[in-house]
Amino acid sequence: MASEAFENAFAVLGRDFANAGRVSTAIKDTLKGLGIHAPIVRRVAIASYEAEMNLVMYASRGKMRLTVSSEAITIDVDDEGPGIEDVSLAMQEGYSTATPEMREMGFGAGMGLPNIRKNADEFVITSEVGRGTRLHIRVNLLA
Amino acid sequence: MATAMAAGKVITLDEVVRLLGARVLCGKDLAVRLSEVGAADLMSDVLALSKPGMLLLTGLVSVQVIRTAIVSDLCGVVFVRGKMPGKDILELARESNVPVLSTAMTMFQAAGVLYGALSGR
Ligand SMILES: Nc1ncnc2c1ncn2[C@@H]1O[C@H](COP(=O)(O)OP(=O)(O)O)[C@@H](O)[C@H]1O
Ligand SMILES: [Mg+2]
Repeated sequence: MASEAFENAFAVLGRDFANAGRVSTAIKDTLKGLGIHAPIVRRVAIASYEAEMNLVMYASRGKMRLTVSSEAITIDVDDEGPGIEDVSLAMQEGYSTATPEMREMGFGAGMGLPNIRKNADEFVITSEVGRGTRLHIRVNLLA
Repeated sequence: MATAMAAGKVITLDEVVRLLGARVLCGKDLAVRLSEVGAADLMSDVLALSKPGMLLLTGLVSVQVIRTAIVSDLCGVVFVRGKMPGKDILELARESNVPVLSTAMTMFQAAGVLYGALSGR
């Protein structure tokens, strides 16, 4: 792989359930195309998809940025939305404010953020109530 | 997930079609081999607990089922209780090479039959 970083940004729209997941599958295709090891691609895709679903479910709009360097893959998510009042509570398994509509799509069990953390080598979440939420997800390419 | 089964045996999607009396809604290569099946309606569970190559049984009909199959590297999806996915769902599955079956069996029956096949009973 080239040593210079590869970068790609995607816009995501809140409540756009028909397209939710498109960015994450595009990211997955990109990483596969770069020849990245399948188990690593899978971890990034799963974390990215849970993050994208959260953006679509809870925020108005946002951006997802994929960066690939020789050391790591990072996904940075930045949304405009209600933000999260208590981030450590949101990180707990089972905590969810999802609506029945969201549950009907197979999400809203309060397992998304914990699963993002599980798949990432580095995970930082910051949020400001009334403004939005940021996620930094990093998966290392080297052991 | 409701069930995850791995008993060392391997079956093909073709055999799954036969065992479940399923309809093939899309998928060309049914020689795909699998050794694990999971049953779930909650996609977050699949994203957290599935292994690559697993076959998913689900009663949830939504485009998110196919997206979950793609990101989780599943080998295919079986909709239970005769549920028929809409055109948008099948279109995405076809584009992404995710085989999709539909069986009249309930989740419980389908899981039981496949458990039997994978554990050699
Ligand atoms: N981008 C976001 N903006 C606002 N709130 C969020 C966001 N992401 C997560 N949350 C809050 O954190 C909770 C837990 O998220 P998560 O672990 O993904 O579980 P789930 O989405 O199943 O509820 C959500 O129910 C929601 O209240
Ligand atoms: Mg979530």
